[in-house]
Amino acid sequence: MSYTKRSDGRKMDELRPIITKVGVVPSADGSAMFAQGDTIAIASVHGPRILNPRHQQDPGRGLIRVHYNMLPFSVSDRIRPGLSRRSQEISKVTEWALTPVVMLDDLPGTVVDVHINIQQANAGTRCAGINAAALALAHAGIPMKEMISAVAIGKIDDKIVADITKEEEDYEEGEGATDIPMTFLSNSEEISLLQLDGKIQLKRLKEALEAGKKACKEINKIQEKALKESI
Amino acid sequence: MKRSKNKMTEKEKKETKSEKRQIVIPGEIIAKGDDVLPGDWTIRKDKDIIATRFGVLDKSDRLVKVMPLSGRYIPRRGNVVIGVIEDLTMKGWIVDIEAPYSAFLLLKECPMFIKESEMDSVYNVGDLFVGKIFNVGRGSIDLTTKGRGLGKIKDGIIIKVNPNRVPRIIGKEGSMIKLIKTASDCEITVGQNGLIWIKGEETEDELFAEKAINFVNENTIVEGLTEKVEDWLKKNKKSSKKEEKKE
Repeated sequence: MSYTKRSDGRKMDELRPIITKVGVVPSADGSAMFAQGDTIAIASVHGPRILNPRHQQDPGRGLIRVHYNMLPFSVSDRIRPGLSRRSQEISKVTEWALTPVVMLDDLPGTVVDVHINIQQANAGTRCAGINAAALALAHAGIPMKEMISAVAIGKIDDKIVADITKEEEDYEEGEGATDIPMTFLSNSEEISLLQLDGKIQLKRLKEALEAGKKACKEINKIQEKALKESI
Repeated sequence: MKRSKNKMTEKEKKETKSEKRQIVIPGEIIAKGDDVLPGDWTIRKDKDIIATRFGVLDKSDRLVKVMPLSGRYIPRRGNVVIGVIEDLTMKGWIVDIEAPYSAFLLLKECPMFIKESEMDSVYNVGDLFVGKIFNVGRGSIDLTTKGRGLGKIKDGIIIKVNPNRVPRIIGKEGSMIKLIKTASDCEITVGQNGLIWIKGEETEDELFAEKAINFVNENTIVEGLTEKVEDWLKKNKKSSKKEEKKE
């Protein structure tokens, strides 16, 4: 039995329904909500402001600092609030994904803080977080070279599927499940994040990247619409 | 004379209409070709001009620029701002002007001679004043209080608005703020950083001015805003007078 039909009835390259809202946190300089099916991420941006402690400042450019956090009630088993190994890793990875797009060279010694909170999780939280963060950064008026979109492509058994859910992530029959989160920049189509959990043939990885590019274009259009309609 | 005036208004209308139409996002290609110059918040990439900030597109003959709709205040030389004293140092005061960096007010940039030991009697921590930015460097903002209308704020009220809406509140050549000033009998100083100082003889006048500014702030995208504000001022002024009569 190979994986021919997706558990929620979607097509192989179909994304979950996306809901976006810009400007959800009034006290922040910029904020956005990005919901992808059952996964809901809220990102708020504070800054640019002076970075303290001083020894962390970069005299050449402004920095970006990401705080990724999953709320205790976001998954069925309550997770311990606060920092965990996983959340620190995702914060760092998100930071690296966002750094190439922001242009903070004119603001040395400053920092832009991005807080990503996952309200509810059903796989693809780091991608939803990056999508929300991109919207929030644009809303906060941070100069950016281009927009950035993220999507989790998966290989379930031998099928390449877009935007996988938790159920698909746990698929164990046949070749099993592989989870490949990736981000694409909107104009240059460069990749700023690519992770892989599982195993995949080199040929199939190229296939997955093509699927990711297509899905990111779709998400980028939704982001554009969300920003333009927020005024 | 009349003809030229009409032309002007038509031009203005066209401008305002196009302003409303195109909202751009970072990375969007807003112009093509070598004969167009990139202005504020745009960069040239090969032959295209790309917006780098979320805002409204402003296209004139050869220059394209983006007017930001949100985000922090970016200090520019010559801006009048309202600042809060953060700290005192040997040479002057450190001032919070809601920009990415703190500003600095040098001791010698005060119009009178001040001894170092008496600095806190002029400006103490938490005091507010109107200053002018005379220099913006890499990571430093210098303020001065030498000039007309600049100096310490002693009474009145301060309100905070989005700094990107300040141009709308001031209006073309100060038309909007003039309207509010005459209607409310208040002195209003609008800081480019989004802080507004209202000073009137009666507290009610000040509150009325605040309401009027909030009305402008909420309706910044509406077309023909000046006329709308005129109507609003008339209506609300009348009602407040009626209340006085009833009393």
